[in-house]
Parts: sequence; C-alpha cells; structure tokens
Amino acid sequence: MSSKRTAAFPAEDATVSEGVIVPETAGRHRPATAASPGEPLLVVEDLRVQFTRGGRKINAVNGLSYELAPGSMLAIIGESGSGKSVSSRALMGLLPPTAKISGSVRFDGRDLLGLSEREMQSLRGGDIAMVFQDPARSLNPTMKIGAQITEAVRLHSDLDKKGAQARAVELLKLVRLPAAERRFHEYPHQLSGGMRQRVMIAIALAGEPRLLIADEATTALDVTTQAQIMELLVELQQRLGMAVIMISHDLGLAASYAQDVVVMYAGRAVEYAPTKVLFANVRMPYTHALLGAIPALDREPHSLFEVTPGQPPDLSALPKGCPFRPRCSNATDQCLEMPPFTEHDPEHWFACWHPVGSGTGKHTANGEQR
Amino acid sequence: MTAVEERTAGDRSGARTPLLRARNLVQEFPVQAAGGVKGGVVHAVSDVSFDIYRGETLGVVGETGSGKSTLARSVIQLPRPKSGVVEFQGTDLMKAGRKELKESRRQMQMVYQDPFGSLNPRWRVSELVEEPLVGHGQGNASSRKRRVEELLDLVGLDPSQYAKRRPFELSGGQCQRVAIARAVALEPALIVADEAVSSLDVLIQAQVLNLFEKLRRELNLSYLFIAHDLAMVKQVSDRVAVMYLGQLAEIGPAEGMYRQPLHPYTSALLDSIPRVDPVTGAAHRPVALPGEPPSPIDPPSGCRFRTRCPRAQLKCAEEAPQLVERLPGHQVACHFPLDVVEADLPPKPAGATLAPPPVPAQPTAPAQPAPQQTL
Repeated sequence: MSSKRTAAFPAEDATVSEGVIVPETAGRHRPATAASPGEPLLVVEDLRVQFTRGGRKINAVNGLSYELAPGSMLAIIGESGSGKSVSSRALMGLLPPTAKISGSVRFDGRDLLGLSEREMQSLRGGDIAMVFQDPARSLNPTMKIGAQITEAVRLHSDLDKKGAQARAVELLKLVRLPAAERRFHEYPHQLSGGMRQRVMIAIALAGEPRLLIADEATTALDVTTQAQIMELLVELQQRLGMAVIMISHDLGLAASYAQDVVVMYAGRAVEYAPTKVLFANVRMPYTHALLGAIPALDREPHSLFEVTPGQPPDLSALPKGCPFRPRCSNATDQCLEMPPFTEHDPEHWFACWHPVGSGTGKHTANGEQR
Repeated sequence: MTAVEERTAGDRSGARTPLLRARNLVQEFPVQAAGGVKGGVVHAVSDVSFDIYRGETLGVVGETGSGKSTLARSVIQLPRPKSGVVEFQGTDLMKAGRKELKESRRQMQMVYQDPFGSLNPRWRVSELVEEPLVGHGQGNASSRKRRVEELLDLVGLDPSQYAKRRPFELSGGQCQRVAIARAVALEPALIVADEAVSSLDVLIQAQVLNLFEKLRRELNLSYLFIAHDLAMVKQVSDRVAVMYLGQLAEIGPAEGMYRQPLHPYTSALLDSIPRVDPVTGAAHRPVALPGEPPSPIDPPSGCRFRTRCPRAQLKCAEEAPQLVERLPGHQVACHFPLDVVEADLPPKPAGATLAPPPVPAQPTAPAQPAPQQTL
C-alpha cells in the first residue's frame, strides 16, 4: 500500500528533479544574436494564403506583416478562422501544395517561401520547431517517450544512439518532466496532459531551434498546468535565447507573457504593437470588443457582457472594405473602403478609420452601445 | 447582489426549502489495470453536499478530473450515484421510480459542451427543438409549432431563417442556442450547464453567456454552472463551489470568495489565471502552482490537496478536513485556511516547502504537535 501511495505523489518526484539542472549541452544552443544585433530574426511581409475548395476561393490569410527579434516572444491572437494558425503553418511549409501562398517570409535573411521541400525539411524541427495544441495526438501512442525524443535528437545531430539517449534524458530534465529517467521508458498514455506537452516541447528543442512556434500549446490544459508550461517556455526562451511565436485566442495570456502582440481578424493583422503599448491604449474596435467579452474577476455576478453582434465573416465571401465593419459599432460608410494597416502611433500599427478614442465613427465612450 | 445574499441568508435559516439538495454524494467507477496504468476504483466524487435555491446560480470550478462533470451527472441521475441524497423539489431522486424521475428531469435540463455532438445532425432545428415537447406529450402539432417559434425567438434565432436548417448549417454558437432552446422548452426550474460555452470563441461566448443571464431573469431559472474558467464562473454565479479531486474544497458567495479565498487551492487557482485589466491594460502574470493533481484512484490520505499545498502540515496527512463555515455562508475544508495569518501557523517541518515529506505511518518526531484550530 505504501509503495502504491508514493506513486501518487507527483509533486515529490518533481522536487527531486526540479533542482536547477542545466544540461551541459544547453550551452550548444546558438546565442540569441546569430543574426546581427538589431536585425530581426523573422520578417513576414504581406503574407497571403488562399485555398480553393469546391470551386470557392477561401482567403485564409489576407496580408499579414510582422517582425520578430531574436529571443523575443510574439503573440498572435485571434478567433477560430482568423488565420493565425494557417499563417504560421505557411511559414513552416506545412500547408498542402494546393494552397496558394504569396508575400515574403525571411528567416535570418533567407526567403522561406522560396525554399525547396528538402531545404525546408532541414529547417523544420531544426532552426524552427513547432508545438501543437493536442499533445495526445502529436505523440506516437505506440512508441515510448524516450524513443520519440531520441529519434528527434538523432535526426538533427550526429550523436550515436547512446549519446542521443543521454541527450534525450537531458532534454526531459530541461523541460522539468518529473522523474525523467523513469518517464523515458513510459508510453504517452501513462503521462498527464501537462507532462505530454512537456515531452512535445522536449522534442521541439531537440534540434536547438532559434524559433519555436507554440500553436495554442496550452489551450487544452488546466489553468494551473498552463501557468507551469508558460513559465517553462519563458524560462527556455530566456536561457536558450530562443524566439517564440505564441498563437492563442487568449488576450490575457498574451498580455502576461509576450513582448509584442499581433491581433488578427478574418486573415488580416488589425492591430500590432508592443504588449505594453497595445494594452495601455487599445485602438482597434475589434481588440476592444475582445477585451470587453472576456470574463473578468472584478465584474459583479450576473453582470452582462458587452456584446458584439454577428459572427466572423465567411472567408470565401469577405465583406467589402474592413472585414469587421458589419459587427463594428464605429462603422461608417468610409469603412466600405479597406483601411490601410499603418503605424499610426510610434510602434503601434492598426487598420481602422475610426479607432477607439478618436471621437469619430459612432462609438460611444463607455462602449456600452449594443 | 445584496438582495441575493440576503435571500440565501434567509434560506439558510430554513425559511424556504432549497430547489435542489444534495447530501454526501459519492460516485465511484471501477477501472481495470492496463498498459502500466493502475487499476482500482476512481473516487470521482467523494462526500459532496450542496444546496441550490430557486433563481440562484451555483458555479462549480475545478481542474480536469476534479469530478465536476461527474457531480453534474450524479445530480440528474445519469448514472445514479453510489450513495448520498439528491432531493429535487422535494422528491428524493435516489429512490424515485422511472415515472417520477422522468417528471423531475423535465424540471432539470442539461446543456453540454459540444454543441454539434449533442444535436442529431440529420434533424432540422424545428424538429430538434420540438422533440422534448413531443417526448413529454405536450400540446398538439400546431401548438408545438407555435411554441418552437417562440423558443427560437427567445434564444435569438429568427425562426423564418433557422427553423429549417440542420446543425451543419449553423455555427457553434448557433448550435448552442438550439441546445439551450431544447433545454428551456419544458420550462425547467434548473439547468445544468456543463462547460456549455467552453468550445466557443470569445465574442460568441459572451453572446451565449448573456443569453443564459437573460433566461435566468425572464424565466426565473436556477443554474448549476460548471466551468474551468474561474473568472467566467464568478461573473455568472451567486455562489461558487471549488472542487479538488472529487471533494469540495470551498463553497461560498462568489464576491466574497474571490475577494478573500479561504482555501489555499482556490487562491492558487486565482493566481494562475493570466489576465489583463480591460481598463488599464495592466497584465497579471500568473503564478504557477507546482505539481499535478494526484490520481483519483489512490487519493492522498487526509486532505487531498496537501501534496501540492504550500501550507501543508503533518495534520493534513493524518486527518481529512471537514467543511466548516468560517464566514457567513462561506465554508472551507482546510485545517489552516487563509484567514489564519501565517504567523499563527506552527513552524513548518524542515524542507517542507513544496510538498510535505512522505508521511510515515507513525510520525516519530513531529516538529510540532498538531495545533488545535479554534474556529
């Protein structure tokens, strides 16, 4: 009975392996400034992705631009269908060949969209790695954890099997998996959701990436586990000098962790600024609507939410002009013309004719308008 | 708000009987050992008691596996709990026969998380909303048709536009509105909403939450509202119950509990929410609670939260804390609740920062005798 009981004490296992273990190989990670200082690591310019399904053209991404400095964290925020995932898959070369992609994506000076599949393959999982939402489906259920990480390590290094296994255990410790040596020999189903996501991050780190894309990586997890995984990502970002793109629907999460935020709507970037600048002075009515719709701890029980009517537009039949126009309380006839995405205030980009606080449009000061 | 508090306080004195009264609910499921996963009995819900009054919303929060969904299903007797009492409008559901149960279930309806999964994909919206009326033998074809139109109007779907559609022609939010129309069709007294808005996008989620609030006001509904989002639960609930590993850690008025949580787990949950102030834009960086919930097959002795609790003492391993009312209407199951200041706690045994050391069967040299808390 007592031996059984200790098995149910994950916290204790955690304390054993939770001392600050910096694997010796961690130093092999290239420093943050592989690109010359001041140069962005990633520059995305006017990225567009179009799918054709059943004769209908679906405009999933309609002109997305942003920059990412080495070692920094950028959050891309949006609802389902806003193009946040599709755009990151486009730069990883993970979209089907039928997708029409245009624009430019420069990573460390190289144009990613022009790379051959072979060149892309060596980059994927190497310099750029990705962690997905559902760790249960991203792992092979029939392979032990250790074997899956070892495989990734060998793919991106010339270590022999022994060396790769040792490195795999180091990686598991780096992501603070409790009892890493024991877990090495377990299958994914024996791990909790949070632990599986740690394993996914370990696999992503196997190629010593300079850019990690976390696509809703904590969405399926409980808040307590989410906080643990985000802490881990921030720690890894700082210690390894790795840049992170965090794709999420959660504005609170972006505000808490990211240095910069891109808000997407209907495939477009609608607001883009350093986190502090953005949340101190939200200009885009869509971002304002998102903030008003989030349940907040300081609201009274039974208080109503500020409601934005309607639904996101059909991507195969986008409305004329600003895509948010049909739902926007500020909209006027001017909005039938597409507002340009420009830097209105220093470092603060948005695409709107009647931004919040401008006094134009039909917006009321308190946002209570239905 | 104060009206609600006064009302519940009044109810507490026995002026009115609760709509739903659950006492010592226990639900357990046997599991077989397979592939390195231990077998045994999953203690999904262990000894949970609560009341819901008419017009009141009780929110239930907890992590995955805390037993909040099992609790909801135990209330509607799907499946019947292992033991305990569920009294709904004076009927003891645990002893109720099929007929009584059907009548009681008319009065309490469920709304589930997955709006597509809970609607028959081949039926039209009008048929979906009419089904509960047919099932309970209400009205004739033409009166039912009128009622369906009324219901669709009520949930914000234009009947002329949506009545003929099938679920795949609707968005997630619209499907959830249809599910809600079905739930209120029979004029229930209680709606059990199990993560009913979790799969919806933020803006749509706000629309559906406002619909729930509108129905509450117009139809005087009570809700058992289950969600993992603490902020959302606060905004919709009069009272909130926090579950951990099948037990109630804390239950009390929403405002009071969020202002002053008494259980260390509630406090840790509140600290782990990433949030941004909608007015100032200031972000709150979450503080992570270490560790993971232990297995419900083999829960820790004493307090089930002690393996992750920063305040845990030897007493917590030896003795399971009982729910005690420490503030008006606010109960907590903790030996060392947060309204006891740190200085009044006995000194911690050495090294017990994150989790207490494995507790020996006979503690040989406890650092301090277990303190007696005066309540």
